[in-house]
Amino acid sequence: MPSSATPGGFLLVLAIVLPVMGLLLALFLGGRYAERVAIAVMPIGLALAIAVAAGVWHSRNVLQYFVGGWVPPLGVALRADGFSAVMLVTTALLVSAIGLFARAQFPTLPNSETRAPLVFWTLLLAVWAALNAVFLGADLFNLYVALELLTFAAVPLVCLDGRAETLSAALRYLLFALLGSVLYLLGTVLLYGAYGTLDIVLLSSRVHGEPAAWAALSLMTAGLLAKAALYPLHLWLPPAHAGAPAPASAVLSGLVVKAPFFLVIRLWFDVMPRLPDHAAAQVLGILAATAILFGSVIALRQDRLKLLIAYSTVAQIGYLFLIFPLAAGAQTGHPWSGSAWTGGVLQAISHAFAKAAMFMAAGLVYEALGHDRIAGLAGIGRALPITMFAFGLGGMSLMGLPPSGGFVAKAMLLTAAVGEGQWWWALVILVGGLLAGGYVFRVLARALADPNDTLTLVADISRTRQAVVLAVALVALVLGFVPLRPSGLLLIGRPDATVMGFK
Amino acid sequence: MSAATLYGLCSAVLVGLGLFSLIVHPQPLRKILGFNLIGGGVFLLFGAVARRGAAAGFGGDPVPQALVITGIVVAFSATALAVTLLLRLFQQTGQATLASDE
Repeated sequence: MPSSATPGGFLLVLAIVLPVMGLLLALFLGGRYAERVAIAVMPIGLALAIAVAAGVWHSRNVLQYFVGGWVPPLGVALRADGFSAVMLVTTALLVSAIGLFARAQFPTLPNSETRAPLVFWTLLLAVWAALNAVFLGADLFNLYVALELLTFAAVPLVCLDGRAETLSAALRYLLFALLGSVLYLLGTVLLYGAYGTLDIVLLSSRVHGEPAAWAALSLMTAGLLAKAALYPLHLWLPPAHAGAPAPASAVLSGLVVKAPFFLVIRLWFDVMPRLPDHAAAQVLGILAATAILFGSVIALRQDRLKLLIAYSTVAQIGYLFLIFPLAAGAQTGHPWSGSAWTGGVLQAISHAFAKAAMFMAAGLVYEALGHDRIAGLAGIGRALPITMFAFGLGGMSLMGLPPSGGFVAKAMLLTAAVGEGQWWWALVILVGGLLAGGYVFRVLARALADPNDTLTLVADISRTRQAVVLAVALVALVLGFVPLRPSGLLLIGRPDATVMGFK
Repeated sequence: MSAATLYGLCSAVLVGLGLFSLIVHPQPLRKILGFNLIGGGVFLLFGAVARRGAAAGFGGDPVPQALVITGIVVAFSATALAVTLLLRLFQQTGQATLASDE
């Protein structure tokens, strides 16, 4: 771990500052320009994210920057390891695609300023800035602020249309998120009180298995689980994600829930790599398994397309948390943890693309039909072939059919589960895949059926928007061609990289 | 009992009360107040932690105080956002309750 700022460290500052500048500029110039500012920021942000990833890959080490030149424990550091770099690029790609998709839904009209587009474009930039701050933060209190900024940007996205039901969904989301963040903050105080620093690298060498550390770990994990909507703290997610406008749902389901997951990973693998024992990881595994089975079964029983996709998110979040029983405590010798680690991270990325594509496809279906009842979908496959094809490709990734990112992710988790002799997780992964197949085919079977009477479309859907959805789904598919072994990029900056089978 | 221990115990009571109110009460306004109670407890704990700097011959550790100020600002904005959402909900439906789960 370098002790001074690395070359290219300023890129990390730019990655956070750029969306904030865009956001301020959009607010200052007003509704007419908000969309143009957001669209202009996107390619620059994407280039920055790729530059950070290239820098991490090229130097085979973390990029680091000390804000104001103050070195921790007094100062605050920004750090990008392999995992951060991958999440930065995923976020930049998805935000740009969602931006292109949303242009038709939130247009800024030449002579009037309407509120919804202004709010959407500024909040999209705010979510982006907050996500980058979460992925790059190296100080636990800084991460708390980033997490809160993310909540404040994400909650209003749920109730953009201002209907009573979305307002109550947003309020419930906010209450869960506030409980989560205050528990996280409580854990942060305990850590500061016990060890006198909040810098992740410094903490990792000071933390020992004493009551304060255990209490902090449990409180912070519980708080982050509420924000990540892991069963049984998922109650807020389906109404919020299903009620939001389609581009907002894609941001919330694809990206926003990944931020608290990212922080649980930071906590368990970076802050306290030696602390979590087998039993604690198994508890998270049981919650994850319940989420997979419960979320999938409830998804099977939904009548509305967007709710089905939202419950599927509850299930797919479960797969993310299988990383803990399979890879936590790597230093106590889990020979397969490298596979589980890569599989879990790939699941986060491929789910982001697949779920964003599915929510955007559902949004187009809703616009074309004026409803999203699954029973009334017959014939939509013929009317919107590109959209339904993209939906199917996203579904393939959720099921884990080859070739798709979901397949590689689930195959690696499966290998790790079998390799470590924890076969019960393998069983859950397989049953979850079957159930996902069930709910995706339920939609596709209706969509490809012959309509009894002619299907009336209430709106024309432009080819460009369908192409964006297809492109996002194709990224989820292309992720299926990454090699089936622990990834070198993802292990850069990991303290336990050699244990995980990577030098 | 030292002052720091007393503060710590008070903060534990506040966190407990707030958590109870946040989880048990169905009305959103009480949940928001519960959140603020927990917040108050956490900030008090920051104060207790800052006193520990006094043991090293300083008047107190300034870092937790800087963190508390930021924390209060964040909690204040969170409360403002929650109350605004609740007010909008009240204007639309005439009730300040969350609909039960579907």
